[in-house]
Amino acid sequence: MKRHLLHRSLVSLSIALLCASSASAADQVKVGLLSTLSGPGAGLGTDIRDGFQLAVKHMNGKIGNLPAEVVVVDDQQNPEVAKQTAERLLKRDKVDFMTGTVFSNVMLAVGPAAFQNKTFFISPNAGPSQYAGAQCNPYFFNVSQQNDALHEAAGQTMQDKGFKRVALIAPNYPAGKDSIAGFKRFYKGEVGMETYTSLSQLDYGAEISKMRAAQVDGVYIFLPGGLGVNFIKQFVGAGLSKDVTLYAPGFSADEDVIRAVGDSMLGTFNTSQWAHDLDNAANKKFVADFQKEFGRNPSLYASQGYDAARLMDAAVRDVKGKLDDKAALRKAIEAAKFESVRGSFKFNSNHFPVQDYYLRVVSKDAQGKLTNRTVGTVFKNHQDAYVKDCKMPS
Amino acid sequence: MNTILILEQSLNGLQFGLMLFLLAAGLTLVFGIMDMINLAHGSLYMIGAYLVATFSQASGSFWLGLGLGVLATVLVGVLLEYTILRRLYHRDHLSQVMGTFAILLMSNEIVRIIWGAQPLMLNPPAALAGPVMLMDGFSYPAYRLLIIGVGLAVALLLWLLVTRTRFGMQVRAGAANREMATAMGANVRRLFTLVFALGAALCAVAGGMLGPLLAVQVGMGESILILAFVVIVIGGIGSIRGALLGALLVGLVDTAGRTLVPLLFDKAMGPEVAANAGPAVASILIYVLMAAVLFYKPQGLFPAHD
Repeated sequence: MKRHLLHRSLVSLSIALLCASSASAADQVKVGLLSTLSGPGAGLGTDIRDGFQLAVKHMNGKIGNLPAEVVVVDDQQNPEVAKQTAERLLKRDKVDFMTGTVFSNVMLAVGPAAFQNKTFFISPNAGPSQYAGAQCNPYFFNVSQQNDALHEAAGQTMQDKGFKRVALIAPNYPAGKDSIAGFKRFYKGEVGMETYTSLSQLDYGAEISKMRAAQVDGVYIFLPGGLGVNFIKQFVGAGLSKDVTLYAPGFSADEDVIRAVGDSMLGTFNTSQWAHDLDNAANKKFVADFQKEFGRNPSLYASQGYDAARLMDAAVRDVKGKLDDKAALRKAIEAAKFESVRGSFKFNSNHFPVQDYYLRVVSKDAQGKLTNRTVGTVFKNHQDAYVKDCKMPS
Repeated sequence: MNTILILEQSLNGLQFGLMLFLLAAGLTLVFGIMDMINLAHGSLYMIGAYLVATFSQASGSFWLGLGLGVLATVLVGVLLEYTILRRLYHRDHLSQVMGTFAILLMSNEIVRIIWGAQPLMLNPPAALAGPVMLMDGFSYPAYRLLIIGVGLAVALLLWLLVTRTRFGMQVRAGAANREMATAMGANVRRLFTLVFALGAALCAVAGGMLGPLLAVQVGMGESILILAFVVIVIGGIGSIRGALLGALLVGLVDTAGRTLVPLLFDKAMGPEVAANAGPAVASILIYVLMAAVLFYKPQGLFPAHD
């Protein structure tokens, strides 16, 4: 009887020890990839997803040496739908990381649930000013760029090139407002026209004729995805491209848009923190493998999805799979010890990147294919304008 | 404010209005003659656009694609009428709304399954991709001019069909008084099918023509369907003439609103207010127009029933 008791307590002790050790290191990493996979913004989300999954493939299906499970869900570019889906990913699927979000209005809708749940959100695109400034959060990281940054670079470029009077167009939503504010922070010339359109608008006839009447010498558009495709086609169709030079942020003149618009894109200047011709080993491998895997050139979005997965990988490896130790995991993500495809990468105190921004132009490559070519650097080690408002809780 | 801007916006409004008319014409006939609310009308527009895009890409010719796409959409429309809608004619409006809304949701899913969730990009024929010089200093997209031309031609054909043919006479009789038309010997059941086929064809023309200008995507029918309903409410249910006038009114008011309202706000209250309130107020304008018309003429401008 006594021996029996001893035996039982030994068994339970060893079980307890086993449990304790398995609680400290997870046996897999679960990622909730909530992205826009239908509607006009579908191309963006698809590229983020493909970039992310290519990285996971490069890491042999693992993130930080642990088997990775990526749950891909469509947010339909709808904040309400996204909110419900995010709850499901957090509560039922108990994901370790959230990522995927393209649009800032969706990001602002799903962020609070993840933060409350203490789940790290690695945004591969959306970088609303709120989360860069006053509402910065220990659980939010942006691995692409603050919403204003590409626009700031474009404003600086148009200022440098001596444009006198420009037209500005953006959709009426948080990132749209951020974009114009960012552009005007660096462009000091005259703004002949400033228009906000609906996020679902596809016909820009009215805006194009207003632009003609405003007699501008340059136009800057922030119209993501299908919106930009339609605008550029209609802008060239109206014959305005002869008198007005078109500038765009990198994502309105990236591979997805070039594929859809065709030759009308030739000569469009755009700004980006990444380009497929950037000369570093990680980027060369990424670009070559993406082309092989999907049969198309990667876009800015794909590079951001790829980097999001690589960042998670480095962080999980750093904490040796102990995903429950939130403080250590946060430190590991902040350190960002991964080779970004854009070259050097580091986080600012508000969890947004400090990085270089480049000017690209759409031109024909050696094979006569239409693509972006990097022409120069606009900003070196640029940080966003909101970091001073961020009091990051430690 | 200059002349070119006004001219260009009027053409834009005309182009938008004519495309709305193609949708509203089918909708108003179905509603007027059969007293049937068809929320799936926008789905035919979407299916038409997808079929035209698919046939154009497969054949390499936009015009061939448009022709084949319209024929195929008519087939889909007739099939839909024959199998499902026919059973809803004698039910009340609520059942019709529920039934056709179900069709709308299913069409969206079926299209998503067949063509995928990403929008299709369709380019206009190369010869029409550029601008046309209309007068000194004013060039206008050739493709939009083509849309205006096609819209006007279809409107003319419809007018001839409705006012000058036996079919048209029966349609008008059916819209004015269905029981009497049946009593006078019109085969109303066959008439319904024909009207439905005509409506589907008009949807496909609109979807196919707008495809290259906009994007062909899942759910494209819903937003434009609401406007088409506004058009037939303004124009008077069951009236082709009302649909044409209503569509042009809505097209012009919408386009003018998007230009003028922000300009006015800008002058009165500064660019910040204009940027925020301008687009919002502009998008309300057509509903204000509808409310005003209904206040003075509750039956719409040209009601078919008296």
